[in-house]
Amino acid sequence: MADELLLTVNGEPRRVAPGSSIADLVTGLGLDPAKVAVERNAEIAPRSTLADVILADGDVLEIVHFVGGG
Amino acid sequence: MTDSVAETLAPDTWTVAGRTFTSRLIVGTGKYKDFAQNAAAVAASGAEIVTVAVRRVNVSDPKAPMLTDFIDPKKITYLPNTAGCFTADDAIRTLRLAREAGGWDLVKLEVLGEARTLYPDMRETLKATEILAKEGFAPMVYCVDDPIAAKQLEECGAVAVMPLGAPIGSGLGIQNKVTIRLIVEGAKVPVLVDAGVGTASEAAVAMELGCDGVLMNTAIAEARDPIRMARAMKLAVTAGRDAYLAGRMQIRRYADPSSPLAGLI
Repeated sequence: MADELLLTVNGEPRRVAPGSSIADLVTGLGLDPAKVAVERNAEIAPRSTLADVILADGDVLEIVHFVGGG
Repeated sequence: MTDSVAETLAPDTWTVAGRTFTSRLIVGTGKYKDFAQNAAAVAASGAEIVTVAVRRVNVSDPKAPMLTDFIDPKKITYLPNTAGCFTADDAIRTLRLAREAGGWDLVKLEVLGEARTLYPDMRETLKATEILAKEGFAPMVYCVDDPIAAKQLEECGAVAVMPLGAPIGSGLGIQNKVTIRLIVEGAKVPVLVDAGVGTASEAAVAMELGCDGVLMNTAIAEARDPIRMARAMKLAVTAGRDAYLAGRMQIRRYADPSSPLAGLI
């Protein structure tokens, strides 16, 4: 438990194993990285880098996609 | 074929940020019963562009159906919007994410001033337009129906100005024909009425004022029969555009008979 990272994902707390990349988080949530966009600590995480960016304790992530809107 | 007949039959397209479209009707994707109804309405409307919102994925239900499963972004141009943003910063963040999600740089910018009227905050809107244009976006900008504000947006890099006809979702129709016409006269970029259209005749009015297009959501989604209203809107936009290009008759104060006065029995 102490080794896990505590993140905030879409406003909710989430724990992941140390060494996880953003791509790991996204697929771990059952999402397709090709269909979403990710922001980490208020900066866009380019899709091409999702597998390379390793998460840190306290990271705040926003994972978004398109929904119906006017 | 005579020249004038050929001219009437030539396709009447419009261009925004270097992209050319035939349909002058843009529709939203909000407030529908479900994605299937939404897709059917889009098809009936003939729209080639739909607005979409950027929202958090539902991480507790990641397998929920997605808009992209019903409206194919390869066939219809998605226009990401910044609905729900009340500051320039939020709008800019949202569009950066939208571009990351789908590569779109043709976007719709709206920065709202208050929830009750959903009127645009022009100060934040101008600020956001300038920053987005510098970052390589092509922003189509929702704004007040004020000719000076429209000019300022154009100068800041807006690729289209989109004055409201009336508040979003109100269905009150084009409230200020005078200023919409002034905006059309002064603009070098496309002008589309965005917000307030409630029924077909109101879409036709916008086109008769010389607008390049109309953007709407609620008028179709909240009609009793959205598919039928979508079709009505398609016809109305075409009718209004034809009437505008045809050059309407002059208004007279009094009567002018259509039948000859000579030869009465």
